[in-house]
Amino acid sequence: MITAEIVDKWMKLFYSKISEQKAYLSELDTPIGDGDHGNNMMRGMQGVEDSLDKLSNPDLKTILKTVAMALISKVGGAAGPLYGTAFLEMAKNCEKTQAPAELFKLALEGIKKRGGATTGDKTMIDVWAPAVAALETDSLSVEKIEAAAAGTKDLVAKKGRASYLGERSVGHLDPGAVSSQYLFESFIEAGGIE
Amino acid sequence: MTKKIGIVIVSHVPEVAMGIPKLLEQVAADVSITSAGGTDDNEIGTSAGKIMDAFERNKAQKLLAFYDLGSAKMNLELAVEMSDKKVNIYDVALVEGAYTAATLLEADVTLEDVEEQLAPLKIK
Ligand SMILES: Nc1ncnc2c1ncn2[C@@H]1O[C@H](COP(=O)(O)OP(=O)(O)OP(=O)(O)O)[C@@H](O)[C@H]1O
Ligand SMILES: [Mg+2]
Repeated sequence: MITAEIVDKWMKLFYSKISEQKAYLSELDTPIGDGDHGNNMMRGMQGVEDSLDKLSNPDLKTILKTVAMALISKVGGAAGPLYGTAFLEMAKNCEKTQAPAELFKLALEGIKKRGGATTGDKTMIDVWAPAVAALETDSLSVEKIEAAAAGTKDLVAKKGRASYLGERSVGHLDPGAVSSQYLFESFIEAGGIE
Repeated sequence: MTKKIGIVIVSHVPEVAMGIPKLLEQVAADVSITSAGGTDDNEIGTSAGKIMDAFERNKAQKLLAFYDLGSAKMNLELAVEMSDKKVNIYDVALVEGAYTAATLLEADVTLEDVEEQLAPLKIK
């Protein structure tokens, strides 16, 4: 069950992973993008941290919506509207259900709708889709998420900036898939699936 | 008199977003044209907030929006969801598409006919 406390912990853990891996994420974005993914995510998570600091005892919907709005306004790249939409979908639906499998599934649908991409297009969806499938069978693990992110290496990009490279995008990890790996790892560490 | 339909330009680069209206204004003095470029810190990227602002500043209630790359469209869609104005987003070549629309709107061509001329410019 997702609670406001878990989301708070989750965002702190995600922020610290993004800070640690900022240079690496931007490096991944260099050969197949514009080299800014780490900086974008760092700016976004700083914004999340600042906005969450201003809340006192927020309920689940408020905290999810605050994360969404901070990401939408601060990230600057494609990851902003995509992650932002994911959290917005969770905020919209969290009164009906707090089950991770259901909320992440709705979030994933939001990402697909926002960016028009699907599984196999070498985007963050290639981590989100297997993660949601694993949540549905109570089998989400760090190993599965890492394997999903690693799997983007062999794919040809069909969406986002990497798609302009076509076949030449093969052999590189998708930066958004790797930041999504950190997002799900942080969720597990925050006790999201206990 | 200002036309009923306006144009909004969205680019990752502030200078591109400021430059395209100059090209259009030359042929469409009565069309309200506003733009949004770059992130909130004027870095390369797009901002849903800046796009909302471009919608608000536009004198028309119905807007035709043109954009450059990926995230520009996503932020445009987010802004459309938050705005009261009616906005159509076109997946056409940015400069040529916006120029086509500006020229035709200035000549009071119907939206249907504008869209017919935009159709072959679809590239995304
Ligand atoms: N249409 C899309 N659908 C799903 N994910 C996408 C899409 N476009 C990009 N992404 C994801 O976003 C990541 C890139 O995020 P980043 O913040 O670097 O944006 P960007 O491509 O630089 O944005 P912009 O085009 O505005 O400069 C990609 O690695 C990919 O995972
Ligand atoms: Mg990038």
